[in-house]
Amino acid sequence: MAVYNLKINGQTKQVDVDPATPMLWVLREHLDMPGTKYGCGVAMCGACTVHVNGVAVRSCQLPVVAVGNKEITTIEGLSENGDHPVQKAWLEHDVAQCGYCQTGQIMTAAALLKANPHPTEAQIDTAMSGNICRCGTYVRIREAIQTAAKQQ
Amino acid sequence: MENNTTNHSRRSFLKSSLLAGGGLMIHFSGLAKFNFDGKTTGVNGSEEWSEVTGYIKITPDNLIKILNPNPEFGQNVMTSLPMIIAEELDVDWQKIMVEMGPHNNLKLGPQFTGGSNSVRMYWKPLREAGAAARNMLMQAAAQTWGVPIEEITTKAGTLYHEKSGKSGTYGSFASKASAIAIPKGVKLKDIKSFNTVRNSKKNVEGVKIVTGKPLFGMDYKQDGMLVAMIEHPHAFGMKLKSFDATDTLKMPGIKDVFSIKMFEDNYEQAGFDTRTFNDLLVVVGNTTWQVMNARKKLKVTWEPISEHKETIAGFRGKNEVTIPAGLESSTTQLAKMAQMAKQPAKQLRKDGDPETAFKNAAHILERTYTAPFLAHNCMEPMNFFAHVTDDKALLVGPHQAPGWIEPTVSKILNLPADKIDIQMARMGGGFGLRAYGHYVIEAALISKKVKAPIKLVYSREDDMTYGIYRPMYTATYRAALDANKNLIAFHVKGGGIPENAVHPNRFPAGTVDNYLAEGWEIPSNITIGAFRAPGSNFNAASEQSFLDELAEFMGKDPIDFRLELLKRGKENPVGKNNEYDADRYAGVLKLVKEKSGWNAAENKKYSRGVAAYFCHNSYAAHVVDMVKKDGQPYVERVFSALDCGVVINPDAAINMVQGAVVDGIGNALYGGLTHKDGAAEQNNFNRYRMIRMKEAPKKIEVHFVENDIDPTGLGEPPFPPVFGAVANALHKNMGKRFYNQPFSKDFTAKG
Repeated sequence: MAVYNLKINGQTKQVDVDPATPMLWVLREHLDMPGTKYGCGVAMCGACTVHVNGVAVRSCQLPVVAVGNKEITTIEGLSENGDHPVQKAWLEHDVAQCGYCQTGQIMTAAALLKANPHPTEAQIDTAMSGNICRCGTYVRIREAIQTAAKQQ
Repeated sequence: MENNTTNHSRRSFLKSSLLAGGGLMIHFSGLAKFNFDGKTTGVNGSEEWSEVTGYIKITPDNLIKILNPNPEFGQNVMTSLPMIIAEELDVDWQKIMVEMGPHNNLKLGPQFTGGSNSVRMYWKPLREAGAAARNMLMQAAAQTWGVPIEEITTKAGTLYHEKSGKSGTYGSFASKASAIAIPKGVKLKDIKSFNTVRNSKKNVEGVKIVTGKPLFGMDYKQDGMLVAMIEHPHAFGMKLKSFDATDTLKMPGIKDVFSIKMFEDNYEQAGFDTRTFNDLLVVVGNTTWQVMNARKKLKVTWEPISEHKETIAGFRGKNEVTIPAGLESSTTQLAKMAQMAKQPAKQLRKDGDPETAFKNAAHILERTYTAPFLAHNCMEPMNFFAHVTDDKALLVGPHQAPGWIEPTVSKILNLPADKIDIQMARMGGGFGLRAYGHYVIEAALISKKVKAPIKLVYSREDDMTYGIYRPMYTATYRAALDANKNLIAFHVKGGGIPENAVHPNRFPAGTVDNYLAEGWEIPSNITIGAFRAPGSNFNAASEQSFLDELAEFMGKDPIDFRLELLKRGKENPVGKNNEYDADRYAGVLKLVKEKSGWNAAENKKYSRGVAAYFCHNSYAAHVVDMVKKDGQPYVERVFSALDCGVVINPDAAINMVQGAVVDGIGNALYGGLTHKDGAAEQNNFNRYRMIRMKEAPKKIEVHFVENDIDPTGLGEPPFPPVFGAVANALHKNMGKRFYNQPFSKDFTAKG
């Protein structure tokens, strides 16, 4: 066990955990931030996506010891009032079915638009293909990202 | 105080909002802080709720809360079912709140999600509940104002008496109304006058979903809660022999390691008590990550099972099922199926004289199709919270049928049903798997054993390798034609492990004079179950692909050929018990033909495949437009036509159909769970290929046949025909027919 001071959503959070603990579980089980989801544990589904210094990262493969001073953003901190352009576009297109994967989808999409505010359809497809939606809402996810890109 | 009025303290308010979204709001301090547009947000206003029927609660200051009775797994019943109540209650949709109801079958009906039944089975009861509540409020106003009830009108949550100029909100009469007996037979609205139902409404939990609020069973927690995981055998046909947990117990955070039995010997299972492994090796600790790690240190000896019998008392009566011993492999299973297909089988339906017709045929077309086991792969792995004490049990989590699992929990815990509180969390997918109760029972038994609140968590690997798969299927279709290539006989012989998929009374039964349907099965120790219309999705793949090939052989357009058969099925049907309505079946084909521009010149550039199917009381047809992308076949566009009667929430219904199309393309092209020596060869998404964004169509255009027929299912019906339409488009795109799912196995190997 070791103590870590983590920069999460603009705040410093202290945890005392095994250094190998993935950020996914640090967030979910030690910091009460369950918006980051467990889907596969092997970085193949994207449900656990967070931002590390603004870049989309699968938190199930990110041990807490590797975080250091980097800024972590989770779905809980993506916007103050749930009004990030991507979140608003998700609501406008009423994307979700079961909803379990959607926070990971939104985090990947938000990172994409930050790096590339006007992505082509092919760029959207490439960026989003690491996130599985079992309900098959991909068509709406793609449309929502295009809407968010326009509104930025 | 009125009979049905309860005075809610803050504590009991928290308790009731605990039911919303899986009992999770209790984790927030200051509920008002989360006051988004979302309808399921708790409102900390008035504390007095009057119950006006079991589904509706109203405060004196006119807050109106509607309880959704049915488990939510992504079909959006949290929105559509309350819409039905709101319509008849006559309230402003923008001003009501929605909350997940408690498990209470007496008050809230069957509470079962599955079989595309949610809207179908609740349509009438919810309309009646809304109308009854409105009537109770009108009675209360009539009594108070001393006027005849016939003179009272309502509009958007307010009661009016025009003659006297009196008016009052529902809230001001709710307390009085709650004491009135719930009337029966209240006149329902004319469907033509609907103003909520048939108008698209946003998902009431949308805001919570996009902001990552705790909604799911996986998110549920309580103080002092431990996490439990089960080490299942790594192969079907194996069971626990012995274990050494010395090293596991030394791992940080680990509290206990033990084995327990799920069911005692000779336990008579209910229909959905299915379990794959009975001897459970359980690791309990503080956190999921700690338990996941500690499991790796277990030293376990497994041993083969011997052949045994299970007694299952399901909906179709009591059944004794033989579970064979042995370690099964997919290659030998396929060979066994091919061999069984040649043996005589059970006759399921026969019209005319198919044997003679085949003997005299000028041409016979015969094709055989296969499909593998499919894993459900819900994004949220199986999990359940349980806190079992000597005198009661609290169970919280994702389940499609709390009313089915409660009697089982009652039996195994030896607690009366009224001491068991099952709370329904939003499910991160279900697809049929969560109708089964194994993980609920496991959680309850573990909590009882460790005498603590626990959350049972399946890892993705546990989830994917546990079984209850969509069965492995095969079918051989034969068509007999005369010298002029007229269809004179049709024969389907289907088999599966461990059940076949043949629906003997569905199309094309009833349209061909000489018809034969047969079925057979091979028993297995690999467990199977419901999976988004498990048999139908195979039938629609094989039969609709066969009809396409048959039409080609006959030189006919595939849609026209089906319409010809349906015309016969309507005007002069063959045999009895034909399950489908030939007119509605033809209706979706005609609609998809029109909307897709089936014969338009500009669409010739696409490899087009069509298919239609009827299941779960609804009709669906798709035209799939395929192109080549990066050298691989890619479904670029899909046109869908559905007939499911009245559509409650059109945009959400479109979403559901689009999802079914994507799901169908994915499973047809990539889905498959194979075994070697009893062990699943895919245990996570690195080996089990799921459809991803780059493989999803650019456009899925959905059309509904407009009619006023009482609504039927929509979760399953659009899914099966996608398989057939994809197969038929692949034929055009690749220049050959595909008979074995997943289809990509054949083109990626060669591509």
